[in-house]
Amino acid sequence: MATSTAPVREPVTATAAASRTRKPFLLDLYGTAVGKKYAMAVSGIALMGFVLFHMIGNLKMYFGAADLNEYAEFLKKLLYPLAPKESVLWILRLGLIGMLALHLHAAWSLTMLNRRARPVRYQSARDYQEASLASRSMRLSGIVVFTFIVWHLLDLTFGVVNTIGADGDFVRAEVYANVVRSLDRWPVALFYVVANLLLGLHLSHGVWSIFQSLGWNNPRFNAWRIAFARGFAAIVVIGNVSFPVAVTLGIVSV
Amino acid sequence: MSHVLKNLTVKVWRQDGPTAKGNFETHVIDSITDEASFLEMLDVLNERLIADGKEAVVFDHDCREGICGTCSLMINGQAHGPQRATTTCQLHMRSFKSNDTIVIEPWRAGAFPIVKDLMVDRSAFDRIVESGGYITSPTGGAPDANLIPVPKPVADASMDSAACIGCGACVAACPNGAANLFVGAKIAHLNLLPQGQAERFKRAEAMVDTMDEHFGSCTNHGECSAACPKEISLDVIALMNKDYRSAKFKNRKELSRN
Repeated sequence: MATSTAPVREPVTATAAASRTRKPFLLDLYGTAVGKKYAMAVSGIALMGFVLFHMIGNLKMYFGAADLNEYAEFLKKLLYPLAPKESVLWILRLGLIGMLALHLHAAWSLTMLNRRARPVRYQSARDYQEASLASRSMRLSGIVVFTFIVWHLLDLTFGVVNTIGADGDFVRAEVYANVVRSLDRWPVALFYVVANLLLGLHLSHGVWSIFQSLGWNNPRFNAWRIAFARGFAAIVVIGNVSFPVAVTLGIVSV
Repeated sequence: MSHVLKNLTVKVWRQDGPTAKGNFETHVIDSITDEASFLEMLDVLNERLIADGKEAVVFDHDCREGICGTCSLMINGQAHGPQRATTTCQLHMRSFKSNDTIVIEPWRAGAFPIVKDLMVDRSAFDRIVESGGYITSPTGGAPDANLIPVPKPVADASMDSAACIGCGACVAACPNGAANLFVGAKIAHLNLLPQGQAERFKRAEAMVDTMDEHFGSCTNHGECSAACPKEISLDVIALMNKDYRSAKFKNRKELSRN
């Protein structure tokens, strides 16, 4: 099958391959595509934890301003007085930023690897059998969700865009008022809904992928992996989308 | 009960060499029996081209009974054509209808350079197998059968992986040009068996590292398994990922503990 273009190679055996110089083992692991997928899965689990607890925390909105604002204050006082105020929160924040950076870097370098792996594309139309809308749009949904996170921070953490087109001033501690005033603007509410639907699409494929990438595979639970991914995505999306809908319908108001 | 298909339009990829610019060439097959295999249809086309003094279409084929892994072809956007669990040579014209247009492309991947027309060089697969897809040869005579007991489910799972014929449909079908299904199958085949344990982690590491030099990465679309003529399961990819991770983290002095 092969022509004589292949370079002459030393005899390679699994035994001989061990003699190459190695980087520290985590870098060594991250050096291959399989290892990068492992990093994507681990950072994905951290980000899953974030989106789930973020959604649960925001449900406090339905109990009124006092509850939500108190929850925000509670986050600042995690483990207080054992740890100084905000210290645990900052550890969590830095961890999340690190995980997001890892997720983005791995996604970027794997995408570049995949482009190189097929320099000449198919010249006729492909007929995909298994690839789903979710799996095919991971990069797009990821980019939109990332853009949304940046906007979301500018809107409700830094308050830079919170007062544009809304009544009143941004007061950081007034979490409830900030959220309601922000979501009362229909373009913002629409962006929330679209971004969260795409987050759901991203999760429905990504959460299943975690099991594959980490090698968590067992005939006893394999049938549940996709169901778990879709269920998790649905819970996060329903919770998150309910907030702009509730504000738009006037169920939640200042 | 054979039927005759009429007026098939065949668009076939023609390319003079690895670096030449290729293009689709359109031919019309006026009539052919639906009992003809897909490759026989190409044979008929080639006979006609030769009779007309033109160059025949080059394509890979060997056993024509679905076990050697030599035939390839992207047919209407699907590796090995529209029928599941079937190699191109075992695909028959009854899978098509009269007046159909059939588009035929070679496998496309950086690691599979086109040799000519529809023929690609799949020796990147050989590089991967060379790096660990075997048991380092033992000396002495062949051991007695059943000297090493292998549980039946283990033997079955290993055999399912060993069914891989190395045709490259997984790489061709993968939107990322990844070879994870092939490498997973080759790793699972040996790493599941007791005889493969001694070199299990070295094998996983060496084969994954070699794979990385040539192919893309897995994004779990599942196209590979759908295209695989031997229906290799995505489970082998999970097993490869697990063994590669273990290769990095595990204390190898305790390899024989589980």
